[in-house]
Amino acid sequence: MTKTPHISVQHLNVHIGNQHILNDININIPDKKVTSIIGPSGCGKTTLLRSFNRLLDNTPGVSITGKVLVDGEDIYDPKAEVTHIRKKMGLLSQRPYPLPMSIYDNVAYGPRIHGIRKKQELDQLVEEQLKATGLWNEVKDRLNASATRLSIGQQQRLCLARGLAVSPEIILGDESTSALDPVSTSIIEDLFISLKEKYSIVLVTHILRQARRVSDYIVFVYGGKIIEFGPTEDVLLNPKEELTREYVKGYIS
Amino acid sequence: MRRRKAEELFFKILMLIAAIIVCGSFFLIVGTIFAKGLPYMNLDMLTKTPGGGFYIGKEGGILNAIIGSLYVAGGATILGLLISIPVAIFINMYMNGKKFLSDSLRVAFDVLFGIPSIVYGAFGFLIMVYFGFRASLLGGIIAVTLLVIPILVRTLDEVIGTVPLELRDAALSLGATRWEMAKVVLRQIRPGIFTAILLSFGRAIGDVASVLFTAGFSDNIPTSLHEPAATLPLAIFFQLSSPVEEVQGRGYASALILTIIVLVITVLSEILIKKFSKHKS
Repeated sequence: MTKTPHISVQHLNVHIGNQHILNDININIPDKKVTSIIGPSGCGKTTLLRSFNRLLDNTPGVSITGKVLVDGEDIYDPKAEVTHIRKKMGLLSQRPYPLPMSIYDNVAYGPRIHGIRKKQELDQLVEEQLKATGLWNEVKDRLNASATRLSIGQQQRLCLARGLAVSPEIILGDESTSALDPVSTSIIEDLFISLKEKYSIVLVTHILRQARRVSDYIVFVYGGKIIEFGPTEDVLLNPKEELTREYVKGYIS
Repeated sequence: MRRRKAEELFFKILMLIAAIIVCGSFFLIVGTIFAKGLPYMNLDMLTKTPGGGFYIGKEGGILNAIIGSLYVAGGATILGLLISIPVAIFINMYMNGKKFLSDSLRVAFDVLFGIPSIVYGAFGFLIMVYFGFRASLLGGIIAVTLLVIPILVRTLDEVIGTVPLELRDAALSLGATRWEMAKVVLRQIRPGIFTAILLSFGRAIGDVASVLFTAGFSDNIPTSLHEPAATLPLAIFFQLSSPVEEVQGRGYASALILTIIVLVITVLSEILIKKFSKHKS
């Protein structure tokens, strides 16, 4: 990790109601790498991911302290523009949730709300992103068809294209393949690997094999704390901490 | 074993009887209206306003009430939507984290929903007296709007609740503002909005008590919001209370017209719901 981190989390504490969900999180997410957050259900890994684009703000009863620096700017600074922060990050959720519009409009939605109106420009963007996600050849003849007509795997790639269309710097994946079949899963995984040339990618996953296949770095979260963080091989094969070893071996889940 | 089978049979028969009662009464009602109203149905009923002596059996029709009712129900539904869509969006999308407030608002609308329409009529009447209005189309629309707002808000609130939170997250994570996110949600619930419109319009066009004092009654088609307007339920009431057989028959014919309007609206909205559901998975 010689390069400057893309996301730098400093003393992040998250309470929801009176539950302490994240406890003094400090981590530097490297630039243009795939970082996977692993850990058992309910450990806070999704909360950590959602703190990066401030979707966490919308959780009822949430209180957040600490800093999350993206490109050196604290996104929790009261003066920070939340729409601007979110635009920097594409989110790929557990299941695809296409917007209730056509395939074309799904991809064009983001650019449109950010002020791109020219049809030519939009056409080009849509084609570009659909090609980037390998969907172009499958949908180019039915761009005006409803996005819900696509298969789940295609929908997930469409959602990725939609996220990429606002030219983010970071891609956040929240168990993005958990609803997909093995073929679609492997397409998405390959996309993550190829996209890290241009984007920093943070994934939440509970599939250790997936973490191993796609990520450069692994964060192991347990009980709201970061137990271990390091290069994939180190964390999975030579964990320093006893808890990590037990989790990786499958003793705790 | 035999006991369980007997129990199964018993409840099956019970459900069947209940279903027959429901279907039976539907056909009985519609059948009665048709049987009694159809003989008095003619083009004049639909195209003419009451002539002199209409209420003692002479010529004319109830065009005034048909138009009046459509004005009142249509106006109230549109006005109601303009108020209840923002309310539903506000409760669902701008008040998160303040569960106590949003829950209190929901309870308030539940209470309003349960208030009998005569109370809305009386309230509308009071407002009119206070501002010195006479019974008028506007008064009727305002009273009926008050009546349908809780229906609209409750229905919209429920359909917005069916939109997955992840869809909102999807819009937000693209950098959408809350209002832009709300527009996505509104698109998603378009079929639900039609359901709400249908429920509201159906309630509005059939309600007597709320228009009794507020809209007044007139044999003419209202040409401005300040003129009194006839409504179908009142027209039915006046004609049915007449001792003249001819007029009573026309009362049933008027009921038939009202039923057909509601039926047409229902079918139409079903078609629209299907058309706008194409983006629903």
